[in-house]
Amino acid sequence: MNNPKKLIVSHAPFIHIGSSIPQMSLHIILATLPAVILGGMFRFGAPAIAVVSFSVATAMLWEIAINLVSKKPVSVGDGNAAVIGLVFAMLLPATAPWWFVLTGTFIAVVVGKQIFGGIGGNPFNPVALALAILMVSWGDFLDFDEMYRHFHFDFVPTYHMATWKHFGLDAIEPVRLMDLLLGRQIGGIGSTFGIGLILGGAYLMIRGFIRWEISLSFLGGIFITALIFNIIDPARFADPFFHLLTGYTLVAAFFLVPEDSSSPVNFIPMLIYGTLGGVMTVLIRNIGAYVDGTILAVLVINLLNPLLDKIRPKALGKAE
Amino acid sequence: MMKRSFFSVTAPRFQIDSIAGVLPDSVRIETPRQIMLLIEGTTENGHEMMIQRGDAVKTGQKISLTPDSGAYAISTVTGTITQIEPFPGESGRQFTAVSVAMSKEVSVDERFAAYCQAPSLKGAVDLLQCLPGNPNFEIFCDTDRPIQTIVINAMEQDLFIITSQYALKAFYHELAQGIQHLKAITGVEHVVIAAPQDAIQGYGDMGASVISIGKGYPEGLPHLIAQRVMGHEIPVGKNFQELGMAILSVEAVVSLGRSLQDKKLAQTKLVTFMDKNGNRSLVSATVGTPLRDIFKRFHVNLNDQDRIIIGGPLNGYSTYTDAFPIRPDTDAVLLQDKDDVALASDYPCINCGDCVRVCPARVPVSMLIRFLEAGEYEEAAESYDLYSCLECGLCSYVCVSRIPIFQSIKLAKYELGRADTGEAADE
Repeated sequence: MNNPKKLIVSHAPFIHIGSSIPQMSLHIILATLPAVILGGMFRFGAPAIAVVSFSVATAMLWEIAINLVSKKPVSVGDGNAAVIGLVFAMLLPATAPWWFVLTGTFIAVVVGKQIFGGIGGNPFNPVALALAILMVSWGDFLDFDEMYRHFHFDFVPTYHMATWKHFGLDAIEPVRLMDLLLGRQIGGIGSTFGIGLILGGAYLMIRGFIRWEISLSFLGGIFITALIFNIIDPARFADPFFHLLTGYTLVAAFFLVPEDSSSPVNFIPMLIYGTLGGVMTVLIRNIGAYVDGTILAVLVINLLNPLLDKIRPKALGKAE
Repeated sequence: MMKRSFFSVTAPRFQIDSIAGVLPDSVRIETPRQIMLLIEGTTENGHEMMIQRGDAVKTGQKISLTPDSGAYAISTVTGTITQIEPFPGESGRQFTAVSVAMSKEVSVDERFAAYCQAPSLKGAVDLLQCLPGNPNFEIFCDTDRPIQTIVINAMEQDLFIITSQYALKAFYHELAQGIQHLKAITGVEHVVIAAPQDAIQGYGDMGASVISIGKGYPEGLPHLIAQRVMGHEIPVGKNFQELGMAILSVEAVVSLGRSLQDKKLAQTKLVTFMDKNGNRSLVSATVGTPLRDIFKRFHVNLNDQDRIIIGGPLNGYSTYTDAFPIRPDTDAVLLQDKDDVALASDYPCINCGDCVRVCPARVPVSMLIRFLEAGEYEEAAESYDLYSCLECGLCSYVCVSRIPIFQSIKLAKYELGRADTGEAADE
């Protein structure tokens, strides 16, 4: 045993699939880009770029700040804070003031995530929590009709969700689904361009970065509930495709609802979770007080998550 | 080695490798001048020692540390004991390493010849448990829990390994003779060979039935094979012996047959060897051969921070020295370059659920790991199915946060086991 080699000893397994949190964050960011760049930045111009950049930057800075204050290793490198900032910006109007963004990312990163122990510990989706708090605090800044008043578009700039809510179905009759898919509507920076969001979501689902069970059952829940309402009273309630393509539906389906920490992991709970989210969304939209119920519905199902995950198959050798 | 596929809608699936067509030649590693035998147990408990430095040993001689210990090794060479030292093994096991320097002339111990004259179960327990393949005959001696079924496991226990298939295919007559002898000494009539689905042909006249096991990992782990044989899930906490089942590796039975055929104890172990570039060879080495002699034969350079893996990549263990010997149960030796070494992290679980979907035992791994990390082992065992775990290693393999889940599970079982024996000792 002269001059023994210093070998690495560790526990099995000795190979790894190669996935990592930074890689996951990177792909989620990649998936948002069609909606953010084509749907948001081209449509709304420089203000949108400013809001997105500021949101991502402040989210990361809040993460570093809380890491330093709590004397924890700096975790900004995992990309999760950047994802939070980016997804948060997708929900905001391009004209959101700087302090609004700054407060939002503070709530998302510090209150929504780090207080609960950082990544993986948050019971609520940080972005949904932040937006909900802003919505009840300064709801006017999320009134898209008001926020885009001085913009000029090559289409009639109405926030369909609000128009429909306040003026009834007749006011939105001329909406064409193709316009919604192509992003010819106003709304959050990253939530108007239907095709972009669907592409991004499909990419994440087939690559396995989000759980397809949750996203699809969420969309299914919205579709079925909206369809039932529509059948009961077509004069009052919009058709399901309208619900699928307006408001925060798509951005929530692919970027909010399947967020790892606040969603279940077993098959049946995932389906219940997603479907309930869809049902809640349409319920709030159709008979609730808020214009777009998506964010609140996400928070409600987040609350149910630990309970839902109790529904699981019996482990090997435990079946009676 | 194996990376995430582009499309990953479902959990990743693995297949164990199979040898197609003509069997490869096994590479014989020449018996080195010095071998090392590992015997479980320590020399420090004040007992009278059976062996000393300088003692002469014969080929096939049984070596035990103390008169009353059941653990022993069989010397595979004739020579002199040059060193006896403690040797820490994996998972807290304690071994004593006995080094034997080979001498020129060979003299063979007589005990096996005597056994051949009058074979018995007691004789097998006494002499044959260190055959390549590590058969356990002791479980047949328990009259309270008689064995009704012998399962011969010809499934690879991990990825990349081809040892068992080779033993199954290359040693037909030895296997038949081994089965016959097993039946004779144990009196068990029901023998089942668990073989990979593409290798189940031609074993009909061996006096054993054959069941076909899928090649998906971990279908070949003993627990799942036992489940196939029983036809139902095995209740948590029951071991195979309580179910009246003994599982022996195919190589153990082949070694038994070979020993009887050659009238001397089989001493060479089949080992799948894989170098850093993934080149695989089948090696036949004398039990006790230090790994470094295999590396020398294949001109492999071992550098600092490389990793030597005994067994497979998913459920094997790593060793800290290239002096580690081939043991009767060493099925594979893998080398990993320091650039390929996968490291664990201390990141928290992000609850992505990949582990839950990949788990063959339906354990709620994402919940389990939270309790294990907090040291709540009893709670983990009670409410989160710790003991359902098959120890296949897939959860750690897929973990996005790279949490050493498998290690935590093993640690929890070890600690709970220690607490149990501690309580038993107190009583």
